[in-house]
Amino acid sequence: MESIIKDFGATRALDGVSFDLRRGEAHALLGENGAGKSTLIKILSGAIRADGGAMRLDGKPYAPAGPLESRRTGISVIYQELTLAPHLTVEENIMLGREDHRCGWLRRRVMKERVRRALSLVHHGEIGLATPVRRLGVASRQIVEIARALAEDAKILVMDEPTSSLSGEDARRLFEIIRSLKARGVGIIYISHFLEEVQQVADRFTVLRDGKMAGEGEIAANSLDVIIRMMVGGEVKGLFPRDGHSVGEIALEVQALKGKGMAAAVELSLRRGEILGVAGLIGSGRTELLRTIFGLDRLETGTVRVAKTGTLHGGPGPRIAAGLGYLSEDRQGEGLALNQSVVDNLTLSRFSPFVRFGWLSLSRQRKAGWEWIRRMNIKARSPLQEVAHLSGGNQQKVALARLLHQNAEIFLLDEPTRGIDIGSKSQIYELMSGLAREGKSVLFVSSYFPELLGVCDRIAVFHRGQLVETRPAAGWTEESLLAAATTGRTAAER
Amino acid sequence: MKDSNAGVKRFRVMINFLGPFMGLLLVILIFALLPEVQDRFLRLGNFKSVATQSVIVALGALGMTFVIISGGIDLSVASSIALASCVTAYVINAGLSPWLGLVLGVLTGGVVGLVNGLLITSLRVVPFIITLGMMGIARGVAKWMAGNQKIDAPITWVNELMTRSPSPGWLLVAPGVWLMILFAVITAAVLRYTVFGRHVFAIGSNEATARLCGIRTNRAKVFIYALAGLFCGLSGVMQFSRLTVGDPTVAVGLELDIIASVVIGGGSLNGGQGSILGSMIGVFIMSFLRNGCTMMGWPNYIQEIIIGFIIVVAVSLDQFRYRREA
Repeated sequence: MESIIKDFGATRALDGVSFDLRRGEAHALLGENGAGKSTLIKILSGAIRADGGAMRLDGKPYAPAGPLESRRTGISVIYQELTLAPHLTVEENIMLGREDHRCGWLRRRVMKERVRRALSLVHHGEIGLATPVRRLGVASRQIVEIARALAEDAKILVMDEPTSSLSGEDARRLFEIIRSLKARGVGIIYISHFLEEVQQVADRFTVLRDGKMAGEGEIAANSLDVIIRMMVGGEVKGLFPRDGHSVGEIALEVQALKGKGMAAAVELSLRRGEILGVAGLIGSGRTELLRTIFGLDRLETGTVRVAKTGTLHGGPGPRIAAGLGYLSEDRQGEGLALNQSVVDNLTLSRFSPFVRFGWLSLSRQRKAGWEWIRRMNIKARSPLQEVAHLSGGNQQKVALARLLHQNAEIFLLDEPTRGIDIGSKSQIYELMSGLAREGKSVLFVSSYFPELLGVCDRIAVFHRGQLVETRPAAGWTEESLLAAATTGRTAAER
Repeated sequence: MKDSNAGVKRFRVMINFLGPFMGLLLVILIFALLPEVQDRFLRLGNFKSVATQSVIVALGALGMTFVIISGGIDLSVASSIALASCVTAYVINAGLSPWLGLVLGVLTGGVVGLVNGLLITSLRVVPFIITLGMMGIARGVAKWMAGNQKIDAPITWVNELMTRSPSPGWLLVAPGVWLMILFAVITAAVLRYTVFGRHVFAIGSNEATARLCGIRTNRAKVFIYALAGLFCGLSGVMQFSRLTVGDPTVAVGLELDIIASVVIGGGSLNGGQGSILGSMIGVFIMSFLRNGCTMMGWPNYIQEIIIGFIIVVAVSLDQFRYRREA
């Protein structure tokens, strides 16, 4: 791709961007949200047309009329949101849209063979062809998606944030698959916010910033700091704020708690001014822990006590009243009402400041909306803008601002930094440590160990629905966290 | 910057409101320009009778707007209207006070809605199925109660509610029309300016979010369906008032007119979108069409075809506008 230009109305989304991909290499496409990565990919896949520049594929001019043509020429894109039909089986999904047939009748045996061959490339014998996709986990779904691309002989595979919903173990398996694909001569364009994994998996990189080229080079020849500087366009101070917040008395006490998806009872306490990290693979019970504490999942045994108000009962309503605030890991599916306005989303859990006798004062509500937009640095045109039109990072800020607006004292944050740009991430780290300084408590669930190590006072590790161990953050390393999360045993026991 | 944003927003609100409104004006304009019906169509008396004819559908559409914004659907409304009209006729026929007939008619609808809401939330079956069942049940009960025929009732002041020449004369239009306007204003305010209204939108937009924000979604839903039921009850009383008998076979298929009105007025079956004003405009677009077509002497099937087209066009225009905004 050479000197690609794309305008959206008056804004130039891409300005003279060039990009090349060799056979059998993994090329990382980096940049913050809104830098133009997705636009570039959409042009490559034929979803939109460039306003200037040229593309060549295997030396020949290439100008796809639409996504179908680009797929036929061997370019497959695996989007962040997977695009599988949940009710169809693995086999049906892989062959969807290009079924082998004779006069409309399916040739089942031929198809089965093709599916088996495609799946074997990503060496995953354990996925049954007849399993409906909705029964598979996120990681397996992604494998199916890759197999689908391979079944149509993809020469170029674009992966958009493939690990954002994978746990460490599954991500490593994905990297192995990528390596084997590279060995087969498939070119891979890899888009990710996780720079550490880019270092592991990619050979070269291109950085976009505000639609322009901000740098490119060999991964091996550039340090992380250099790449980050290219992405943000200047010196970044340490991503994680290191400040002394002091830990006070116990704020939340979880005793013998057991809920849906948890194998054993959990004992946990959270103090004022403390950030307690919860590490674990996906499905290890960490999300269920938060949901049970917040009253979204049924409590099977045990109690949750808040120091101020005592033992908690009932659903989310009483918990919010007791000072709990919960941030869902599923921002779009659960966290936000997407087709409602920023301000309605922000104030949904606490209308009381704007209400008299059940009637809302819209002007006071809107004023509060402007206030939060300013304080959280949310990029929104107005409080009345629909949340769906904001970027991921800004949506997350709206969801977080809601917890601040409801005056939460105890923050239960599930993957607060997933799939958002570095700028917003560092702002969220800053926010968490600010909360701790004010004497509030944070329970911080994440699959991304470096951020846990960087932000938390203590870290608890979960494995298969059980709490393995809780230690001060200084007592953990990335390796020991990973070991505990994947094996369920700590170094001392092994 | 703040001001220009507010301006843009106000413009968008205008467009959203004007869309269906233009449709209504267009319908009126077309018939006003047709020489065959022009003078009869534009007469004040005709507008009065269109307003009166709209009352029954409009009252149903008020409740349906809440249901549809909350992401639900209620197919039982027409049966509920028929049942309520029979109950009112039955009570008045039994020699009891017309007031009692009115109140019991309204409450009948409320009970049907309440049962809908309770079944939907406790059995966790989608509203479409529950209210489809209720559509049959309510209709059956009405026929059973009426002994499979019409229930006659003596003429009382209840029949004045839908008269074309109201007394005292300063009322100008039937009391039923005033009731419709009154309730439209109240429900519009409730949707926009109350906490309950916000909760209705939130539940329709994303029920999981609403739950997570501490809203008692089940309680709200029961309330929404019961409210829709009460409006059906009132609509049933109006139905009785117009026919002067309780007819268990009345209003068959009316639920689709009511749903269509809400949808033409910008309500989304996916929830989270819709307005009372829009729904009312939807009601009047259909009423004027029926009225004009009848005057032209066009057969019933022509009306059905035109209304079918209008539904498709209105909703696709809405989708188109929405996509442009995004």
